[in-house]
Amino acid sequence: MLAYSIRRIFEALIVMITVAALAFVLFRFVGDPVNQLVGQDATLAERDLIRKELGLDDPVPVQFARFVWKAAHLDFGMSYQVKQPVATVFAARFPATFELAMTAALFATLIGIPMGVYTGIHRDSFLSKTFLTLSLIGISLPTFLIGILLIWVFSTRLGWLPSFGRGDTVDLGFWRTGFLTRDGWAHLILPAVTLGLFQLTLITRLVRSQMLEVLRADYIKFARARGLTDRAVNFGHALKNTLIPVITVIGLQVGSIIAFALITEFVFQWPGMGLLFLQSVQSADIPVMSAYLFLVAFMFVAINFVVDLLYVWVDPRIRILGSS
Amino acid sequence: MSTPVLSVRNLRVEFPTRRGTLVAVDDVSFDIAPGEVLGVVGESGAGKSMTGTAVIGLLEPPGHIAGGQVWLQGERIDTLPPEKMRRVRGKRIGMVFQDPLTSLNPLYRVGEQLIETIRTHTDASPAEARKRSIGLLEAAGIQGAARRIDSYPHEFSGGMRQRVVIALALAAEPDLIIADEPTTALDVSIQAQIIQLLKTLCRERGAAIMLITHDMGVIAETADRVAVMYAGRIAEIGPVRDVVQRPQHPYTKGLMGSIPTLEMDGGRLLQIPGSMPRLTAIPNGCAFHPRCDFVFDRCRTERPNPMPSGASAVACWLADPKNGSPRVDREATAAQAKSPT
Repeated sequence: MLAYSIRRIFEALIVMITVAALAFVLFRFVGDPVNQLVGQDATLAERDLIRKELGLDDPVPVQFARFVWKAAHLDFGMSYQVKQPVATVFAARFPATFELAMTAALFATLIGIPMGVYTGIHRDSFLSKTFLTLSLIGISLPTFLIGILLIWVFSTRLGWLPSFGRGDTVDLGFWRTGFLTRDGWAHLILPAVTLGLFQLTLITRLVRSQMLEVLRADYIKFARARGLTDRAVNFGHALKNTLIPVITVIGLQVGSIIAFALITEFVFQWPGMGLLFLQSVQSADIPVMSAYLFLVAFMFVAINFVVDLLYVWVDPRIRILGSS
Repeated sequence: MSTPVLSVRNLRVEFPTRRGTLVAVDDVSFDIAPGEVLGVVGESGAGKSMTGTAVIGLLEPPGHIAGGQVWLQGERIDTLPPEKMRRVRGKRIGMVFQDPLTSLNPLYRVGEQLIETIRTHTDASPAEARKRSIGLLEAAGIQGAARRIDSYPHEFSGGMRQRVVIALALAAEPDLIIADEPTTALDVSIQAQIIQLLKTLCRERGAAIMLITHDMGVIAETADRVAVMYAGRIAEIGPVRDVVQRPQHPYTKGLMGSIPTLEMDGGRLLQIPGSMPRLTAIPNGCAFHPRCDFVFDRCRTERPNPMPSGASAVACWLADPKNGSPRVDREATAAQAKSPT
């Protein structure tokens, strides 16, 4: 188990260093950052001074080492645009994205798995066919279109839900949350549904196909032959066996929910990291962009690590493999 | 004679398909007495597994029982509602499948699966169920059962897993075990052990066995009676010694003749020409007539039902006493002279 974890952590480190290299290269390919910092009438001497201050005249490996070292300490430098440390800017934006992504992921999982199980067990029922048809829509419509449609129906036409922003939030000192106010929840619903809808349909279809496969397995037939209740067979024996691929996909999807929240955040003007990233692209704010890249990669890697540990918890066969 | 454990009457199993209805089991009748071992033999697709699956009520839709009756200890079970039928499974009819490697859920300890089965059918406490599970595993010949109960299926070998499967099938003490090719997936060296174990455990508990196999050797050693199936029908059913040593149906004769024996020195094995008909194209009359060496007109038009002949019942017009064929008379009298009755 320990060896298994250590091996996984080592693999994660390699990924992170590769991403760091990409984030670092970003700086070197998008023109001279000094130009961004000084006015047009700065003298060459002034430019050299800034270059020296920022360490931009050091050899590339030294700069890279410094970049990684600082990144490991969450120091991504100053934002060109807002003239604040990037870490501070992200700390202010992260809760918004995190709450949105988690709500979307929970929405997708808590509805997707039961729907998948239902459509897997009752293959030919009318309700299953309805679910599957609807899920086709969810899979084929692009996120921004779903967002705009939801705004049109629920905000413009019906006027039930607000269409942009986070609404009232409560500052807990280290974390600004929208979970504690009614207004915060009202603002969360549309973006979370928009963001989670694709994942919901994906999870439904995945669980369904896994269920169909597992229900054909001999051990399911044997479980029925032992007279176990339908409930025990479907949920105890079948569902648990579908979980390995489902956990993998949910894990990866949580990563991509965070990474691709930016479209939803843009549509709903949600003040999260995605919106911050889009703004920083417009103003070529390289430190913010590279930090975003870095953070998203880190979250993918962290989630994958958790998923790997979950496998071991679900499937005893991997436990044996890992310890030997 | 006491009430049979299982009594199957005119069972018919159909599978509607796009190309027409397949009749997988056609007009099959047999009894199993308490504690008796009935062997069911036949080629793949002859309907033997389908009969077992229909009896325990686990036919995969769209397959269904289209006719006939299944009686368990005097109670009709083929018409039971699903929830009542579920209570029959495991509790009164146990089943052992072919492949022990896939019969056990890989994600649960064998103990969890045993305890779950026991507690589904009895109101034993978890501790009692665990104690009984250990007892069952011990009875099934698993060394160190008290320790092994917390192992996962993949930690057992194939033969050991089939022992666990048998323990599971017997967990709620059923009166009938349907064993569907229980040794086919196992190593030849342990097949005999598993069959012996199954037979011993069932005898101790007074359970009858319906042993489905294509291995005549297993049948000859284990079964009390044997039913030979062909194209969804019973060709011949009778005491195992009669069927093996004095087969009456031409198909059974062919089957027995195709088994090599130690005494044969290099002679060719008997072979039945042709192959079993597809279930969509079962010929009129006797299903075996296109391959039969003794075929005559009546076989092509009229379907023979099993008729008593000695201690057996044979679905062949040759066994019909009203039949005028001289060679048949000779055979029939010979069979009758040898039989003890």
